[in-house]
Amino acid sequence: MDNLDNLDTEKRSIIEMDGVIKRFYIDTPNELTILKGISMSVREGEFLSIVGASGSGKSTLMNIIGALDRPTEGTYILGGENIQKMNTNKLSDVRNRRIGFVFQTFNLIPRTNALKNVELPMLYSGIPFMERTRRAKELLKTVGMEDRMKHLPSELSGGQKQRVAIARAMANDPDIILADEPTGALDTETGRMVMDIFHKLNREQGKTILLITHNPELAAETDRILTISDGEIIGEEILNATEDTGEIREEGEAAQ
Amino acid sequence: MSIIENILLAISGLRSAKMRSLLTMLGIIIGIGSVIAIVTIGNAMTAAVTGQFSSFGIRNIDVGLYSKTGSYGTPSESDLLSMESIERFAERFAGKVDAYTLQESVGMGTAKDGRKYANVRVMGVNDGFAIAQNFKLQQGRFLNLREVKGTKNMAVVSDRLVTNLFPPNQSPLGQEIKVTIMNEIHTFTIVGVYKYEASAYEMNMGSEKDIMTMMYIPVSTAKRIAGTEEGYDYITVTASETADPTQLGMEIEEYFAKEYGRNQRYGIITYSMQSMLTEITTVMDTLKLAISIIAGISLLVGGIGVMNIMLVSVTERTREIGTRKALGARNSAIRIQFIVEAMIICLIGGIIGIILGLAMGFGGFSLMRSAMALDGFNASPDVSVIVVAVLFSMGIGVFFGYYPANKAAKLDPIEALRYE
Repeated sequence: MDNLDNLDTEKRSIIEMDGVIKRFYIDTPNELTILKGISMSVREGEFLSIVGASGSGKSTLMNIIGALDRPTEGTYILGGENIQKMNTNKLSDVRNRRIGFVFQTFNLIPRTNALKNVELPMLYSGIPFMERTRRAKELLKTVGMEDRMKHLPSELSGGQKQRVAIARAMANDPDIILADEPTGALDTETGRMVMDIFHKLNREQGKTILLITHNPELAAETDRILTISDGEIIGEEILNATEDTGEIREEGEAAQ
Repeated sequence: MSIIENILLAISGLRSAKMRSLLTMLGIIIGIGSVIAIVTIGNAMTAAVTGQFSSFGIRNIDVGLYSKTGSYGTPSESDLLSMESIERFAERFAGKVDAYTLQESVGMGTAKDGRKYANVRVMGVNDGFAIAQNFKLQQGRFLNLREVKGTKNMAVVSDRLVTNLFPPNQSPLGQEIKVTIMNEIHTFTIVGVYKYEASAYEMNMGSEKDIMTMMYIPVSTAKRIAGTEEGYDYITVTASETADPTQLGMEIEEYFAKEYGRNQRYGIITYSMQSMLTEITTVMDTLKLAISIIAGISLLVGGIGVMNIMLVSVTERTREIGTRKALGARNSAIRIQFIVEAMIICLIGGIIGIILGLAMGFGGFSLMRSAMALDGFNASPDVSVIVVAVLFSMGIGVFFGYYPANKAAKLDPIEALRYE
């Protein structure tokens, strides 16, 4: 048991994807294969970016990684759990506990204040009120929003909204943060600030972060870039090799 | 997520669209409000009418002539119930009947003493009247059998008449009063005084001093003054405690059917106060039911309004639903959120409706009370109806909220997040 635990912490991968295929309109003349066998692996604590043009299957891959959708074929194991075999309720729980979403358009609940927005994932995971509020305040402090806790989203700037959204993504201490074009709706300066927060979370808290972007400059800041085109991974670039990347490179190459 | 959290969430949702929420509630408010108002007024009316009837004597049975031919001619003296016939009847039903009442209305009159006066309505009665009407006297006694049979000029008058005619420290008992009836002056000796109480059945105008009160005199005396024939077209019978008034009424009809067997024109029919009261209560209940059905329709329309607005709300908040799902809300959590929201709309509507309904009920009844002199009766809110109204409005919320809530719960999170 001890031995297994050690093994787990040493080279634990959060995401294991093998031969994932996603088809739409199955068994109709319009049948469409969006993902054509994606295999990839993400190590705990990694800052990974996925780049690709629109229509490349990037969004579909993101939906599957985020447990919003299930693969048609292939296996996807997130934090040791097989997503493909899960029912809707299980998927909800996985999203709740293991994934922190950061959206391009922030997606804050408009009529509740920043604090309540951050509390939301904890509301669904059943964390008691007091604990919820305490943690939400702590998280808002981490992203430098402690003096705007009672503000409604409409009273916040884009950068502030995205900081609240990042705090919300961190609420249940997820395995990965899945950020879909998080700077897409922001100007360069605030976009920079958001990226700095991601770096800080990755560096200081060891958060695994998946950044989906079409901006090569942002991707260049991460540890590894996966390029996706026409439903397949066509390239892998390791920029910031830290430790024990051999295995990952192997799997990445296998995917090509 | 606890129920309290769901409720708080729903309230925050409603607060963001106050005007719309209020308009949505309107159907529920009107529906619940009208039910509560009608029930409050209806109960008070029933209580008032029952109370008035009880004061006449719930055990009383009217025994009277009816036309077998359907024509409305005046019955001749031989058709009427003669004194001998009434006494025979009273003897036959001795155990079941406490008393019988004879009445002969003489008409209006004025008691005068110099410049002092009092308006009276003169009514000839027998000694049984006091028993049948449960008649309470302030001073003196009621007319006795000897006076009733002996055509004596004795009278029982109201305290109002006494106040009008006599100085405060003088006892009216044994005093003589001169009463003008149909331009003739008659002298009566007062034997008893009763306390005057306004009733719903007389509308008195003018000052308190002019109020017309009843003056009771022996029925034989009344017949002599009015110049009417011997015999009575109806009598009132008071059933004893052990007898069932409705059953007794039928027995009396049977008894007189023999006596009037050979009379081609007239027979005897009975009306018991109890069966009349039952009839009135039935009418009241039917009325309540009819208005409740209309209110029910209003609630149905209100409920559909709630469903409609919830559907709009679900569409408007598609992105929010998608976000909530992405953050880990199960379908059931979304469903409960919207059902609770619909329930809160209906519940708040219901509570406003109850308050409005009670206000209308109390206001409406107090207007009626002053118009109909129903003193001593109060509008009574029916607690059980209020409880039912609260539960029913919540039920409407669940019923009409379920479909929109389920629609929200089943949204695909990916589609919902993409929704513009």
